[in-house]
Amino acid sequence: MAENCQVKFTEFKSDQSVKWCPGCGDHAILNSVQKAMAAMGYKKEEVAVISGIGCSSRFPYYMETYGFHTIHGRGSAVASGVKVANPDLQVWQITGDGDALAIGGNHFIHTIRRNIDLNVILFNNQIYGLTKGQYSPTSKRGFISKTSPFGTVEAPFRPGELCIGARGQFFARCIDTDIKHSVVMMEAAARHEGTSIVEVLQNCVIYNDKTHNAITDKAHNADRTIKLEHGKPMIFGKERNKGLMLDGLTLKIVTIGEDGITEADILVHDATCDDITLHLKLADMEYPEYPVALGVIRSVEAPVYDQCVTEQLAAVQEKSTIKSFTDLIHSGDVWDVE
Amino acid sequence: MGKRSKVIERDEVVVRFSGDSGDGMQLTGTLFSYTSAIFGNDISTFPDYPSEIRAPQGTISGVSGFQVHFGHTEVFTPGDYCDVLVAMNPAALKANAKWMKPGGTVVLDVDSCDEKNLRKAGYETDDPITESKLGDYNIVKAPITTLTKESLKDMGLDNKSILRSKNMYALGLVYWLFDRPLDHTKEYISKKFKKNQLVVDANLKVLDDGYNYGNIIQALTPSYHIHPADIKKGKYRNLSGNVAVAWGFLAAAEKSGLELFLGSYPITPATEILQELSARKDLGVKVFQAEDEIAGICTTIGASFAGDLAVTTTSGPGLALKGEAIGLAVIAELPMVIVNVQRGGPSTGLPTKTEQSDLMQALYGRNGESPCVVIAASSPTNCFDYAFYAAKIAVEHMTPVILLTDGFLANGTQPWRLPNLEEWPSINVPKADVNDKDWHPYKRDVEKLSRYWATPGVAGLEHRIGGLEKDEHTGAVSHDALNHERMVEIREDKVQRVATNIPELELLGDENANVLVVGWGGTFGHLFTAVDELANEGHNFALAHFNYIKPLPRNTYDVLKRYKKIVVCELNRGQFADYLTMNFPDIQTLRFNKIQGQPFTVVELKDHFKTLLEE
Repeated sequence: MAENCQVKFTEFKSDQSVKWCPGCGDHAILNSVQKAMAAMGYKKEEVAVISGIGCSSRFPYYMETYGFHTIHGRGSAVASGVKVANPDLQVWQITGDGDALAIGGNHFIHTIRRNIDLNVILFNNQIYGLTKGQYSPTSKRGFISKTSPFGTVEAPFRPGELCIGARGQFFARCIDTDIKHSVVMMEAAARHEGTSIVEVLQNCVIYNDKTHNAITDKAHNADRTIKLEHGKPMIFGKERNKGLMLDGLTLKIVTIGEDGITEADILVHDATCDDITLHLKLADMEYPEYPVALGVIRSVEAPVYDQCVTEQLAAVQEKSTIKSFTDLIHSGDVWDVE
Repeated sequence: MGKRSKVIERDEVVVRFSGDSGDGMQLTGTLFSYTSAIFGNDISTFPDYPSEIRAPQGTISGVSGFQVHFGHTEVFTPGDYCDVLVAMNPAALKANAKWMKPGGTVVLDVDSCDEKNLRKAGYETDDPITESKLGDYNIVKAPITTLTKESLKDMGLDNKSILRSKNMYALGLVYWLFDRPLDHTKEYISKKFKKNQLVVDANLKVLDDGYNYGNIIQALTPSYHIHPADIKKGKYRNLSGNVAVAWGFLAAAEKSGLELFLGSYPITPATEILQELSARKDLGVKVFQAEDEIAGICTTIGASFAGDLAVTTTSGPGLALKGEAIGLAVIAELPMVIVNVQRGGPSTGLPTKTEQSDLMQALYGRNGESPCVVIAASSPTNCFDYAFYAAKIAVEHMTPVILLTDGFLANGTQPWRLPNLEEWPSINVPKADVNDKDWHPYKRDVEKLSRYWATPGVAGLEHRIGGLEKDEHTGAVSHDALNHERMVEIREDKVQRVATNIPELELLGDENANVLVVGWGGTFGHLFTAVDELANEGHNFALAHFNYIKPLPRNTYDVLKRYKKIVVCELNRGQFADYLTMNFPDIQTLRFNKIQGQPFTVVELKDHFKTLLEE
């Protein structure tokens, strides 16, 4: 691609003033997406950003691309229609934990199952922000909010587990404020053909401030998260001396240099492995038992819905003798009245 | 063929084939209707089958029927009461006895009338004819099962296959009754079973033997003679309402140059449209079988945003689920057609039965002031026309259009004269102009008030739309009070301006009559036939039938105000009558309503209309 034709990331910014709260993680994610699009060499006109409802879903208004702010939970259905109608477009869906996993849960799993080529950025702040502070499907059990003043009595979804359980072929996780890593994740999602889910751990500064702090806090995040990279050993920690190994069917944390363990004993991450077993275990790791996995956890090639639709149309059209409406109506049981 | 002993000359006849849902009655009826159509009769057909796929054998709930109305003159309905009933078992006889015309003919398979089947059908005696009060009718007690077995005994077929051929024996006999050629049916059998010559031979033999059985019993039964109708020259085929809707969209896609997208979820009685368009990959149709009704409309909205001719199909419960998304289509001002094949409601209601009770839902079943165009088809074949015009209006006026059909139109068939697409109007796509320096997402056509279609992929027209209210002049999100009020009025006005592009309301019957009969949608055939027959009997009525509901035709008030007595006939509790009163408070209407999951009968309409003359 000719570098000089490339759209600068600032050119993806629309003229609308951004109306998220000061300090909201959404600002950083907006930057990451714009930088990733510029890095991918996208043209503004080939991009359609589709959203549902919620704080995150205001996103399309801030993008100088085609955009559609739809209705609650239905972003992936609208985005699916856009992509099937015009597979040449780069279709991005912006959603949140309520929009994607509560009211839009059905569309979320079926989009993933079909493997339509959408890039879905899932802002997970574990709270309903736009309606001012009710618990969401990713709020931890016991979470206290305006609609759970005595704590929730529900188990939360883990978006990665849900994605992989719905036969998802791409799942990545990143932290809102780590723009550099987020851009890498979004580019990976953009390059992956099929539905790509990027879960961004996002901070709601007003209603759920510091919800991810235990793992995002700079003082501890090296010990409490692990950045997975395809083909590299699963090593983490400030000292880069902790790693993951399998103990039977469970993951265990080991320290390199203790009990005779060397780097060679540490699991090597294979994001492209079709088998979901290890990917699920990695996606499900939660602090404090485990470090939280960041990076591309799963990225597997599989048939892509919109491509299959296009191929099937072409294959049938090539074989059929019906080329027009007139051919169709004259085929079959037709009689003459004279 | 020989001279027949007794021939009844008739202008029109109604035949009903009825048996167990596994007896092949739909095929038998379809073959008979084709033969009659090719012979040159005008026809109208309607299947009537249980919502269960295989209801208990031999019971009334398991009866499957297929009715054919054909005539020397034009026919507009599948007929209320039948002249000839073919009953393959006692349950079929029991279920249909009340629908017999006095003095009609019943062909009954007497072999099926054993103790077990009689009890299953609910007969208390061993004489179902007398018990059903059919003593004065012309009863052909034909041992169809025995005769079929006899016919095929030397062919080496297993018993199950032999019994499956019973319907062809019955069909052969009915062909004799109406002196119809067997060619088309023989051709069909040879094609359909071409992989199994034994089955072809067996079916052909049974069909012939059934026909010849007529010759043998001719002393016992009259035959009917119906001359061909005076039908406009051309090529014809039989078309159901559902397939007609699908084909209307194919025609609109070709005329507009747009690609056709259908997002839909299976639901009775609309599923056949989804199936038909799924099979039309040869014409490039993109069909998305969605995970639910909501995704059906939402993918349609997405496809419309991306520039396709976008359509979704459903029935009443599905329309309810789509309501919020239709509101999005209204505020985003995107073109699409939402087809609602109405059925009995509320809730799951009567899935396989017909009703007109979704009118108010189509007009108002959304939050906020949310106007759409609402159109209703009125015959199986004009489902094609109204699907085409629904698409044309949607695209040219940039608005969602709800097309109402119903279970009766969807499953009914009529002969359809193949159209020449060149004679159909063009569909002009209001694409946004990249060279227009003043363009913004809500810039409007001054006449239609429609915005322009700017589709992703075009450089320079990047824009954002959505469900939040937008500024009239810039398209940016706006919470301004007066702007909202103006936008609400503009959206309503835009829909009302569609009236300039639709035909005026036509008056049928005697326009000088004292009583105006008003109907809309699928009841046209019955209303017109009732008014027409009454005119022949010396009672004159005017008829105004509506296909365009919102906006109403420009001359609606002028037509209505001429009549002191107006009777609005609907298969609901009076929704269209209420709608007319809302629009024209000084117009008083009488109502004639039926909510039984069944169409009107011409007889009940005529009886009611006559009482209006007396008052």
